[in-house]
Amino acid sequence: MADISLSAASQNVESIQASYMAQVQRRRLYGGLTLLIFIVLMVSGFNIADARNAGGFWDGIGRVFDYPADVLSEAWEKRADLPGLMAKYFPALVETINIAAVSTLIGAIGGLLLSFLGTRGLAKWPRLIPLFRRISDIMRAVPEIVIALMLIFVMGGGPVPAMIAIAIHTAGALGKMFSEVAENADLKPVEGLASTGATWSQRMLLGVLPQVLPNYVSYTLLRFEINIRASAILGFVGAGGIGYELRNAMAWGPGRFDEAGAIFILLFATIVFFDQVSSRYRNRLTEGQGQ
Amino acid sequence: MLVFDTLTKRFGDKTAVDSVTVTVEKPTMIGIIGRSGAGKSTLLRMINRLSDATEGSITFNGEEITSLRGAAKRDWQSRCAMIFQQFNLVPRMDVVSNVLHGTLNKRSTLATMFNLFPQADIHKAIEILDRLGIAEQAPKRSEALSGGQQQRVAIARALMQDPKIILADEPIASLDPMNAQVVMQALRRIHEEDGRMVIANLHTLDTARRYCDRVIGMRDGRVVFDGTPAQLTTGVARDIYGAGIGFSEAATSTEIETLDRPEVREAEAYV
Repeated sequence: MADISLSAASQNVESIQASYMAQVQRRRLYGGLTLLIFIVLMVSGFNIADARNAGGFWDGIGRVFDYPADVLSEAWEKRADLPGLMAKYFPALVETINIAAVSTLIGAIGGLLLSFLGTRGLAKWPRLIPLFRRISDIMRAVPEIVIALMLIFVMGGGPVPAMIAIAIHTAGALGKMFSEVAENADLKPVEGLASTGATWSQRMLLGVLPQVLPNYVSYTLLRFEINIRASAILGFVGAGGIGYELRNAMAWGPGRFDEAGAIFILLFATIVFFDQVSSRYRNRLTEGQGQ
Repeated sequence: MLVFDTLTKRFGDKTAVDSVTVTVEKPTMIGIIGRSGAGKSTLLRMINRLSDATEGSITFNGEEITSLRGAAKRDWQSRCAMIFQQFNLVPRMDVVSNVLHGTLNKRSTLATMFNLFPQADIHKAIEILDRLGIAEQAPKRSEALSGGQQQRVAIARALMQDPKIILADEPIASLDPMNAQVVMQALRRIHEEDGRMVIANLHTLDTARRYCDRVIGMRDGRVVFDGTPAQLTTGVARDIYGAGIGFSEAATSTEIETLDRPEVREAEAYV
């Protein structure tokens, strides 16, 4: 009797082994095919891009460093002027940072509302979740530069259109990131507060926000860094700030490369500075959670 | 065989493990008991080198463990398997893959990335699962299994490492009594049949008494008891846990049979 059950068991193991091996083979086949498709897409995509390029990639690659070399050499020749030029463009830099800060703040508040209204389990009107999600999708999908160009066309150049454009994009992007954090929030405190008769905004403010705040602040600081870059770029299309000055300096061509060099140094230093500050602050927030 | 010499671990100004000196001559099933914060987990984590000792040394068959670095340290970790309270499996991967993780020390990153484990290893993994009675769960995702089954997958992963020592950090603390018994019996069988050393942190006295050959009691980082289960009297146990006269072993028992014992009924009557 014992023998029969033993052999039945071992046969059972063999069949499990065989079926699992078959599963592994199939998985390896799929894995190999995926890898193959990936390589084919890579190569063909590169070739198409190369073929449609005006000059051809391989001919152009040698000249990639020509422009930076020109800028650098000219800036180096006139290096004595650089501190003066940097002082000259500092107000423009402040304007750029200002645009970024205001738009990050407005965008974060918008993203906060969108995230609470668009997260399953937290939303005030669960039926409207898809609506708020689509709103945040749209805000995220349209590039800042498109909104800025449209607003500049309507309102004329200046920092306000840039600020609105970046704020809209930030609200959409942060709404998505915030709602992903909020999805993982523990709902037990919310239920506890609901049991005391708290309103929706009280539940969000006291039950959810304390849990998610460190993550929210950290994402917002990251977004602030991104927005400094974005507001510098928007200067190119006439939104003011340091991007505007950079475009002018670059458009003038040789002869004013020292100004372009000074602006590049300013931009680089600013981004490094804010990156350091925000990463230090973010580390404190995430590591100091327990205290 | 395994020697701890004045092993100490400090976190800041807090001493978690305080000059532990213990010698184990032959493969034994050892239970470490003590209340939470007594340093049991820290001790096991130092043996596996998940954390470093502040002072003192661990020696295994004459080889100094505490000073190993890099590849030598990972080699030691592969010879000294660890089982965790929360199982610590990869939830989204299937059971056999989780068991195969026991061989990672022998495989390159590239081979594991493409899931290229040899057929012999896959067959062995399923045989180990069969030995633990969960072979039919092989293709499922590990997160789909119950706690007791997941812990047995973790034991299978440990066995796949073919280790000399198996460390178990509260292996049954998150399991119900029935599954706890299955898991402890599996560990005992591995000790008896394969002759592997098993060191388990346990939080119930009767489990230590029932399954272990040797019991080590820890309090505030120090070893306060080291002997056979028979030497572990209620008085000694009260010392280890710093408990008063109301302490009763049966009251903390996870064994189903203890429910019929009169002292438990008395304890419940107080409640």
